[in-house]
Amino acid sequence: MIVRILTEGQWDVPDEHVDALNEIDSSVERAVDTADEGAFRDGLTRLLDAVRRAGERVPDDSLRDSDLILPPADATVEEVRELLGEDGLIPG
Amino acid sequence: MSLMKRISMIFRAKADKALDRAEDPRETLDYSYKRQLELLTKVRRGVADVATSRKRVELQVAQLNQQADKLTQQAQKALSVGREDLAREALTRKSALSGQLGDLEQQRAQLQGEEEKLTLASQRLQAKVESFRTQKETIKAQYTAAEAQTRINEAFSGISEEMGDVGMAVQRAEDKTAQMQARAGAIDELIASGALDDASSLNRGDDISRELDALSSVSDVESELAALKAGTAGAAPALGASGAGSPTQVEATPAAEPRQEEGRP
Repeated sequence: MIVRILTEGQWDVPDEHVDALNEIDSSVERAVDTADEGAFRDGLTRLLDAVRRAGERVPDDSLRDSDLILPPADATVEEVRELLGEDGLIPG
Repeated sequence: MSLMKRISMIFRAKADKALDRAEDPRETLDYSYKRQLELLTKVRRGVADVATSRKRVELQVAQLNQQADKLTQQAQKALSVGREDLAREALTRKSALSGQLGDLEQQRAQLQGEEEKLTLASQRLQAKVESFRTQKETIKAQYTAAEAQTRINEAFSGISEEMGDVGMAVQRAEDKTAQMQARAGAIDELIASGALDDASSLNRGDDISRELDALSSVSDVESELAALKAGTAGAAPALGASGAGSPTQVEATPAAEPRQEEGRP
């Protein structure tokens, strides 16, 4: 499964790791919903570390699109909300 | 739905929308390629802009460090002529500078991080654009419009995701750099106004230097006078002015004693 970390690039993550990623992802999502910046930072860091650890870098010249895309490591809750278009700032 | 999935769908929707607009999908290829080259130029300009900001901050760090060194020297000199009050003043100013220096160092590190990130982004995009160009030519040469569609979709969604990502990276770097430039501008003004020479008491000029200069010219005169009085028979004896301290005591507390070596031949 191809996972992109925004502003960093793409990783090829073996399928067996996806469940674990999904679990952390849920906690990050909850943090975004409740605007809990601390929990968001903590969860995002764990999520990105897990992707970097489990995955292998996709070569630069590959044109494959990603199955999953993650916010940049230094993103804030507000930025993620904008990204998701919840405030209507980013058109779909 | 998962956060990761939602973000990827937003990126994909953008790519699909761009594809839908084209009449002949093969035209999309050329148009997209043109936009990729534009974005490449933009990222490279972004790298250069961030590097310029970083160098500006580094220059400021060097200037403030120089200022801090000067204050340390002033403090030493003040102590050597027994003016602890002046030394304290110089060190107080130096500690005000170290706050600024810490802030600048943080900015420098942040800018360097952005610069590295953008450099990598530009390398990735460069490689993908090259690979897109090759595929584009193959598709145009070998496939009819109908057949080309799926191949184009594949190549297009991959590159358009990268373009969205790189576009975002450039935007973020620009935002951060703009914030720091505003702060760097404020520090440049401070340095130019001389306020940092004299961080704790504005509008008094570099009074520590002035006072030290005055003190040292007095002590120069005194020690030369003493040397003359002692005649040419040998080295001038230590001035008696500071009292009866034995040489070992003088060495143990050199800071509190006037320094006479400077005046000796």
